[in-house]
Amino acid sequence: MATWYTLVDLLPFEWAEPGRMLFMKNALLAILIVTPLFGLLSTMIVNNRMAFFSDALGHGAFTGIVIGALAGLVEPLWASLLFSTCFAVVVSLVKYKSRMSNDTVIGAFSSISVALGIFLATFGGRGFAKMNRYLIGDLLSITPDEILVIGLVLLAVLVLWVFLLNRLVALSIDSSLAGSRGVGVLGTDMLFTAVIAVVVTLSMSWVGLLVINAMLVLPASIARNVTTNLRAYTGVSLAVAAFAGILGLIVSYEAGSVAGATIVLILGILFLLTFLRPMRD
Amino acid sequence: MTSRIDAPLVPGLSCPREGGGLCCTKIHGLGVTLGRRTILENIDLHIHCGQFTAIIGPNGAGKSTLLKAILGEIRHTGTLEFTKADGKQARSPRTGYVPQTPRFDRGFPISVLDLFVSLSTRYPVWFPVHRSLVRRVEAALDRVSVKHLLHQKIGGLSGGEIQRVLLALALEPVPELLLLDEPDSGIDILGLETFYAVVNEIRRTYDLSVVMVSHDFPLLERFADRIILLDGTVRKVGTPHSVFGSEEYRRTFHVVEPMGGDA
Repeated sequence: MATWYTLVDLLPFEWAEPGRMLFMKNALLAILIVTPLFGLLSTMIVNNRMAFFSDALGHGAFTGIVIGALAGLVEPLWASLLFSTCFAVVVSLVKYKSRMSNDTVIGAFSSISVALGIFLATFGGRGFAKMNRYLIGDLLSITPDEILVIGLVLLAVLVLWVFLLNRLVALSIDSSLAGSRGVGVLGTDMLFTAVIAVVVTLSMSWVGLLVINAMLVLPASIARNVTTNLRAYTGVSLAVAAFAGILGLIVSYEAGSVAGATIVLILGILFLLTFLRPMRD
Repeated sequence: MTSRIDAPLVPGLSCPREGGGLCCTKIHGLGVTLGRRTILENIDLHIHCGQFTAIIGPNGAGKSTLLKAILGEIRHTGTLEFTKADGKQARSPRTGYVPQTPRFDRGFPISVLDLFVSLSTRYPVWFPVHRSLVRRVEAALDRVSVKHLLHQKIGGLSGGEIQRVLLALALEPVPELLLLDEPDSGIDILGLETFYAVVNEIRRTYDLSVVMVSHDFPLLERFADRIILLDGTVRKVGTPHSVFGSEEYRRTFHVVEPMGGDA
């Protein structure tokens, strides 16, 4: 961390002066790790039309966090991860097996989950206020230990991506075609879903439930407006996520606003710009 | 040429050669039940190498289901057995599959090259693609004369171009059995004839079995060696002429006049 602080001290910002506002420096490093992670997952979430599904995963993760907090005795994080992963796997199984429309299945599970979360959080007359930080997110509260965890997750996802991406691309074209090329359709789907669940659960308290899905949907939506092949698509999605992350953090400091929402607003503006661009010509 | 479809099956015996190559795929007693609904039953078929077999039938006849059962995607009863050209038995043929015009998202920024790399290699498609791999993909596209589409975004191609790219993909590696599920559904008339001609040439060049689900009877009459009339089970098998002139064909499609005359 000391090396990182020395590096940031070189930046021309008020908060970057040596020895001041370590939380901003932590947040900046966290952003540099978290945003590429979202940018990468985003490409395949958008392609496989999972925008609504990833939103539901966020709700599952929220319930997971409440359960984690209640479990208390054991490490809360593990309880949360366990619940959100199970939730993700169950929803994708039901989605796969059921003949009901996917939106309906996802919508039902999402609502049930968030209701359970609120019920458990307020059970016995407890106030909900302490859960607010999970709804809005507090990036500035991130600690060096947490940054390390999220860094390890980024590494793991990068390694997984080497094996998983081709399969996800195949699935997004046609699942029978993917099957005929030896892709395990259900297995690939599950694994990807579980990865999203883990990342969402881990980053919930910094980004916030209300805006986390935007981080999973917008970077790739922006990238697909301006690219024609997968390498450019992935690259632009990563770059856009990181750019909006850094700019959002700086703006939020100046404006005194919450970082997560500010980042999403910047992504939103970029999306509108790229979305309107093709209409011009 | 009447098919050997009705001939009794002798397990272990190599395929009877008739018009086709030495290798063949034997389907015996295949049936598919989804929930309580029986989609297919008692399907017995021999599919020979070098033969162009077409499956026709009304909507809901189980045509796509049969292809997916052969692919192993749908659970089925009965057996599927493959005899190689040298007479050796294999559990299943190397199969290439061309889906109906896929309803993928046209905004997906993926080039033809990306599609090939992600579906036919283990090379992670988000890394820069090596020159030699690009050449391999070019060669594969050249088989169906669409080399020029290499760097195009798939969402911008016409229906006929997409099907030809998917055909090129199904031929890499060259399969022993090529299954096409209504590949003509998204192609305009001009592209259609080219597509059939390409499929026709390919099965001669590589001596592979082609099984195509199609509704384009005039083109089938010109190109197919054999027609299977399917409606829950095999209703009729034979040359295009014999099937289109049959009583079973007229009954299945409610045709008043025999089709042979005006096609």
